[in-house]
Amino acid sequence: MRRLNPKILLILAVVLAAVANVFSSSINPYYYDILITIGINIILAVSLNLVIGYTGQFSLGHAGFMAVGAYFSAWVTLNFGFVLGATVPATTTVYVLALASGGLVAAATGLLVGVPSLRLRGDYLAIVTLGFSEIIKGVIQNAEPLGAQRGLGGIVQHTDIFWTFTGVALAVYGILALVHSTYGSGFLAVRDDEIAAEAMGINTTKYKVLAFVIGAFFAGLAGGLYAHFKQFIHPEGFNFLKSVDIVVMVILGGMGSTAGVCLAAVILTILPELLRAVSDYPWLPEPVRNLADNRMILYSVLLIVLMLNRPQGLFGKLNFGSRKS
Amino acid sequence: MIEFLQQLINGLAQGSIYALIAIGYTMVFGVLRFINFAHGDVYMLGAFAGFYTAPKLMGLFGGGPSYAGAALVLVSAMSICAVIGVLIERVCYRPLRQHPRLTVLITAIGVSLLLESGGQYVFGADPQAFPEIIADAAIEFPASWGIFSTLTITIGQVLVVGSTLVLLLVLRTVVLHTRTGMAMRALSLNPMAASLMGVNLDAILSFTFAIGSAMAGAAGVLTSIQQPSIDPLMGINAGLKAFVAAVLGGIGNIPGAALGGLLIGLLEALVVGYVNPTYRDPLVFAVLILVLLFKPSGLLGKPEREKV
Repeated sequence: MRRLNPKILLILAVVLAAVANVFSSSINPYYYDILITIGINIILAVSLNLVIGYTGQFSLGHAGFMAVGAYFSAWVTLNFGFVLGATVPATTTVYVLALASGGLVAAATGLLVGVPSLRLRGDYLAIVTLGFSEIIKGVIQNAEPLGAQRGLGGIVQHTDIFWTFTGVALAVYGILALVHSTYGSGFLAVRDDEIAAEAMGINTTKYKVLAFVIGAFFAGLAGGLYAHFKQFIHPEGFNFLKSVDIVVMVILGGMGSTAGVCLAAVILTILPELLRAVSDYPWLPEPVRNLADNRMILYSVLLIVLMLNRPQGLFGKLNFGSRKS
Repeated sequence: MIEFLQQLINGLAQGSIYALIAIGYTMVFGVLRFINFAHGDVYMLGAFAGFYTAPKLMGLFGGGPSYAGAALVLVSAMSICAVIGVLIERVCYRPLRQHPRLTVLITAIGVSLLLESGGQYVFGADPQAFPEIIADAAIEFPASWGIFSTLTITIGQVLVVGSTLVLLLVLRTVVLHTRTGMAMRALSLNPMAASLMGVNLDAILSFTFAIGSAMAGAAGVLTSIQQPSIDPLMGINAGLKAFVAAVLGGIGNIPGAALGGLLIGLLEALVVGYVNPTYRDPLVFAVLILVLLFKPSGLLGKPEREKV
């Protein structure tokens, strides 16, 4: 079967998002909220998948980059939102600029974090990235202009289905195009055997840092979308557990499988909502309801069982298109 | 001057706790070359083991605070943690021994999350008050000591530092002067050669996990004597700090872990005392990053080259 050109798919996705956006007012607000959260989680998971799945570098600090993007873009719209006037195109311009700059600042942070820590590998890298995201959180908690411990509120709501899923399309397309290009095979080479890759003349440090920077850019973008959807952000919203959420999506979906990771992001966004519904059934015994309330138990058991029995993830073989990754 | 001394004493007590936990990280890393992420949570379980056994065990000695009862609580928490450590290794890590390191790492994170969220489910998420197993009070100094009589040293602090010293000496004897200890050292030098020489890999690994977890369990009880508020997430922060301590001392090196723990404790106390308490955690991570960048082998460790 002849496959569609990925670029056409990208444009189709954006158009579809624009059409869906027209009907957004008729969607139940609860489902609307879930829909946007799914989009944001897909961006986060797909971008982390570039780092963990395609490049094989285990990062536990993705929420830190998301925080940088969220805070910077919120700061931009809060401080410069009225410079261009309050007309719709003007606020949209500020919004897009805020998202882009949030992503870029997150990418710069990624560079800052990546250059020193990517000399390490495996376990050390996991702890150092975790440490960096704690440092980012610590800086925000002490930064008065960003609301410090109180959180930052009063952000204009501007994220809708169109912007979210345009972001999703860009992230998925960008990362797939990158790793499937000739240049991008370097990522896979670094993952599969770093020493052999280096012997073949691949600059492994450059690829690792690049994966980190691009991953951080999209995480920052997701953070910007999130900030302009929830209208309130708090440092504790970007803690270690948020990073773990994203890691679980990548691992459940299968490291290095973009389609699987997207699917896992959808499932893991809906699952807590379903569990919440379960925990409301009065006829269930108390322990079961409490268990349903605590999704981390389920996640951790899922992680252990998956690693023991199916390390390639639930959907490890699944991928967009037929090309091998 | 006297305030500085006071901070050093506080740091020493906290550092002993980190040293005890760091030893578990470093021992497991020494034989298996991987970081047992769940180790900090074993420390938490130690505190809760003490919490649940203390009322029964203290009852044997009249119910009130007593040193014999406290020692019994300490030993029981250590044994419970040793069993838990062995179980974790048996169930989660042993089947993965031949797998890529990333798989083991993710499993370890999974185990850590399971212990934390499981702890919240079983023990409840709210902090609980650890029973008073010794009468903790400041030691009175005679006024003739002059300026030194203004120092505040609590019985708890003395006990923590003392117990840590005793445990470290016991550990040193075990590692350096027993056959099991020799087998452990052999394994960490070269697992393949060691098992060819007849070292029982599985048994030694179980033993290593048991010792490391027992140390963490002891740390859990000793912390709770000083700060009697325990909760299921208390292991995250302590575990990370202890890990930094292990790396600072040179991971895989037992005296290094103890030294690193003390240094981290002192650093924290000085930051809290002289800079700003909110910078305590970020600064510890900054130490980690600096060590990894400039001296990845740590203070006492030997550099190691990666081979194909």
